[in-house]
Amino acid sequence: MKQSTLIWIVIVVLSGGFLAWRTAQTGMGRAYVEAETVIAESGETWTIEKTADAKNARSFNPTTESEAIVKLSWPRTIGVWCAAALTIAIFSFLWGDNPFYKLAEAIFVGVSAAYAMVVGFWTMIVNKLFLHLFPQFVVDNILPNLKGADGSYPDVKYLYLVPLVLGVMLLMRLAPQGGWISRWPLAFFIGATAGLRLVHYFQADFVSQIQATIIPLVVLTEQTTMENVSASIRNITLVVGVMTSLVYFFFSWEHVGVVHRISRVGIWVLMITFGASFGYTVMGRVALLAQRLEFLFDDWLWIIDPASRRLIGG
Amino acid sequence: MKRTIPLIIASVTGFVLVGTFFIPYTRDWGDEVLEWFNILAAIAFILGGGNLMKLSLQKISYKRPGWGYAAVTIIAFIATLVIGLGKFGVAPVKEYPTYSLAGPYDEQGSGFWWIFEYVYYPLAATMFSLLAFFIASAAFRAFRAKNVEATILLSTAFIVLLGRTYAGVFLTSWLPDDNVLRLDNMTEWIMNNMNTAGMRAITIGIALGIMSTSLKVLLGVDRSYIGTDDG
Repeated sequence: MKQSTLIWIVIVVLSGGFLAWRTAQTGMGRAYVEAETVIAESGETWTIEKTADAKNARSFNPTTESEAIVKLSWPRTIGVWCAAALTIAIFSFLWGDNPFYKLAEAIFVGVSAAYAMVVGFWTMIVNKLFLHLFPQFVVDNILPNLKGADGSYPDVKYLYLVPLVLGVMLLMRLAPQGGWISRWPLAFFIGATAGLRLVHYFQADFVSQIQATIIPLVVLTEQTTMENVSASIRNITLVVGVMTSLVYFFFSWEHVGVVHRISRVGIWVLMITFGASFGYTVMGRVALLAQRLEFLFDDWLWIIDPASRRLIGG
Repeated sequence: MKRTIPLIIASVTGFVLVGTFFIPYTRDWGDEVLEWFNILAAIAFILGGGNLMKLSLQKISYKRPGWGYAAVTIIAFIATLVIGLGKFGVAPVKEYPTYSLAGPYDEQGSGFWWIFEYVYYPLAATMFSLLAFFIASAAFRAFRAKNVEATILLSTAFIVLLGRTYAGVFLTSWLPDDNVLRLDNMTEWIMNNMNTAGMRAITIGIALGIMSTSLKVLLGVDRSYIGTDDG
């Protein structure tokens, strides 16, 4: 047996043993829900479940006024274990490419493609396209709240036939013949994006950014002298920083002499920006990493309990 | 017809939308077209899903390396799709108990919510959190204070990183609260002033780039989106 295989077997056996021991000791990885009975006006009843803290399961009292019951939820408990397994599978890539990572990656690809499709279907295709073209069908089956008090339905908007037709043409891309038809909706896509972005970026990113840079270099307000000096330094830094950086981006003049010196200051400002953005990005990723570790140690292993959600465990 | 009509569609759509901005009466057109645009984007997701299925099925049928993972992708894809479109586990709405599809598709406790909460989110968040390791590793290998520019970048990154941790704040906690040499204050000053100035210049540059690219598309100078084949 190879040494690495032996090491892996030992790690898996020890981890399994630890998990089994901890599950038996603390009941780790369990998820609890608060079951609430809903009574409709017509008299029909059903229950809805909301996430609850484990500690409340111990203070279970069936005579409470709200008739709310905190109980163990098997689907969510399985979910916690599933999420933990997938998290560890992704983290295993740090060791190197392996079947567990590839499996998690394959699941991620499938789920994210379907997730985007489902969200798009319910929010745009049903709520916007079908609602405008087939209002009676949509209101009678999916969106009953849009029915008027007098039983009327929203008006049909025939203009929405345009995106429907373009959408069908877009799907022609999958057909073995006539894929070129999908260029028409694609052209609409590109044209609309270009038209909307042209104006939007001109307004929001070009004009307004220049406008925000036209500020007084010497601030004289009724505040203290120190505050005025501080505000002046801030404004000068901002204006000089923007101007020198823009000079660096301006290639119509050769960067020699004065222009070279100004653009060099611009490079320094940009380097500070890149450094700050790098630090900010790293911290964002580290926060995400901390969140995942918190999930593993708090929700799954019950080793820590920062929000005091359990009486047992850590 | 295969190449000219798409050019005309893109040009007319784009210029009409630019024109609506200058005519108050037609300003709503932009919102309407934006809605069409979003509908088409949702339909494009169907195209994406179909394409994923097509490629994965091809991989399985030709038994290409990794076809087993393609099968897993298809199973995950179909399961999520069926559960999400069928609104499995979605409770009825109190006011309309007889409408089985009236509840929100992502309601807490529903099947689709379960997939998001216990599969999609953990996978996406962990995948992105891995970048923390790779960025750190890349930075360790690439960051060298060889010249003034690199030194400035390195020092700024170091200050911002330290200034956003408890350890960094603790290191200079002996200084008065409003002292600019405190790491948290330095970080704040860099982010609010120097970073804003640099980002503003970059944003102006990006805006100019997008405007010129958009104009090239609308005027038919850039035709790369049509492709080159006749298929």
